[in-house]
Amino acid sequence: MKPFTYERAATPAEAAAAAARRPGARFIAGGTNLLDLMKLQIETPEHLIDVNGLALDKVEPTAEGGLRIGALVRNSDLAANPRVRRDYGLLSRALLAGASGQLRNKATTAGNLLQRTRCPYFYDTNMACNKRQPGSGCSALGGFSRQLAVVGHSDACIATNPSDMAVAMRALDAVVETVKPDATTRTIPIAEFHRLPGDTPQIETALEPGELITAVTLPQPVGGTQIYRKVRDRASYAFALISVAAVVQRDGSARVALGGVAHKPWRVEAAEAEVPRGAKPAMDAILADARPTHENAFKVKLAERTLQAVLAEARG
Amino acid sequence: MQKSDAFELSRRGLMLGTAASAAVPALPAVAQAQATAAPVGSLSKVSFTVNGEAHNLELDNRTTLLDALREHLHLTGSKKGCDHGQCGACTVMVGGRRINSCLSLAVMHQGDEITTVEGLGQPDRLHPMQAAFVKHDGYQCGYCTPGQICSSVAVLDEIKAGMPSHVSADLNAAPRITAEEIRERMSGNICRCGAYSNIVDAITEVAERQA
Repeated sequence: MKPFTYERAATPAEAAAAAARRPGARFIAGGTNLLDLMKLQIETPEHLIDVNGLALDKVEPTAEGGLRIGALVRNSDLAANPRVRRDYGLLSRALLAGASGQLRNKATTAGNLLQRTRCPYFYDTNMACNKRQPGSGCSALGGFSRQLAVVGHSDACIATNPSDMAVAMRALDAVVETVKPDATTRTIPIAEFHRLPGDTPQIETALEPGELITAVTLPQPVGGTQIYRKVRDRASYAFALISVAAVVQRDGSARVALGGVAHKPWRVEAAEAEVPRGAKPAMDAILADARPTHENAFKVKLAERTLQAVLAEARG
Repeated sequence: MQKSDAFELSRRGLMLGTAASAAVPALPAVAQAQATAAPVGSLSKVSFTVNGEAHNLELDNRTTLLDALREHLHLTGSKKGCDHGQCGACTVMVGGRRINSCLSLAVMHQGDEITTVEGLGQPDRLHPMQAAFVKHDGYQCGYCTPGQICSSVAVLDEIKAGMPSHVSADLNAAPRITAEEIRERMSGNICRCGAYSNIVDAITEVAERQA
């Protein structure tokens, strides 16, 4: 690990201002992803701003009948929250499908949204990676790409977003709340929060330099049958090959978001009208723009079959 | 204030020795960084308790909680396996919750109460979980065992607190103590010897005695 200086921030606005003052600074909350990357010198911050003391660890009802989840709420606490379990079961299920008990006890809501890809070429500092070192190329193209993206990617990057939580939040129309270094606040719909790689895969979110996530809000509960189905290489503690987050209503209408297929949680609202006609027409529409590699072409069929299983489970 | 100690000096000496004796100038970048002395501003003070005992430390900011426990406080029960949060050998409890101590900076634990395997029990007064691991042969080489034991004690607390898991059929019902639940909840603790079935037996026995 490279040496770094360290401070404990007192308020969200102060934390954001401190980050703007120190280019090369990073916020640290749970640290489970950042410290992993710092040990490998993939992340080399000169300064860490510890945000754990910012009292952003509450889950509260909103005036609109939804839920406001503080940025520092730990993944295990969010999954076990009685309101979340009752009204947003999809979110509990997604969180519980990710990582291990130890990691969920540390990992935070905001940190989960900001976790970096597990693309093996991003992790291997001997290999070219446009995300780690812009302009160096993408070793994953033509490389070991079984885990990587099938849709929405570019010639610069075929990495996937590793989060389970974010896939559920995408299906639930979550909104990210932030504070900027000038102390102004804004909200970012989850659909616009994560970016596709394009020519700048190193820029992964809509956050500006120094901008700090303070909360994620969920709108009113949408009811329905909520299912998060994750397919992975081992039964527990592995990243998704494919995951399907679905909210299926009694009339057959549904929301569907996919994990493991793109640089962001993948949801195509216009394709959801196809769901009552079955998994194949629905997935054909959701992944209409898929351009898989020879190693991950199986994901397209796997996504369809996983959706089929989810719809069968929802019908009971 | 506890300063750097023999452990740290010996590691640094070892690294310098390695560098000097290496025929090729190919010391990995990571090792070089660790051997570099901490520049100004990269030390911080932190106070926390470990197994009920208060400690005031001044540490290089890079020191993980695991390294603080092992190398500065000489509590070598917690083990360094992968050092990346993948194996669980470093599992300790902070405020009663299990975490990977390798993926947490010591300076981020100001005021925390930390429990390691040494704090759960000692050879002359074993924690029930330690005794059950011995009885059921819940290990072979033993390297992952302190992490397995810390994790399993916390798992039973989590089940008692009603926290659901990936395999809980009903999110809103009290989780049951089954082999399937224990295996899922223990998936962050890897045992390369493969003592899993005996580990599950040990945890199940303690769970049933507590129930």
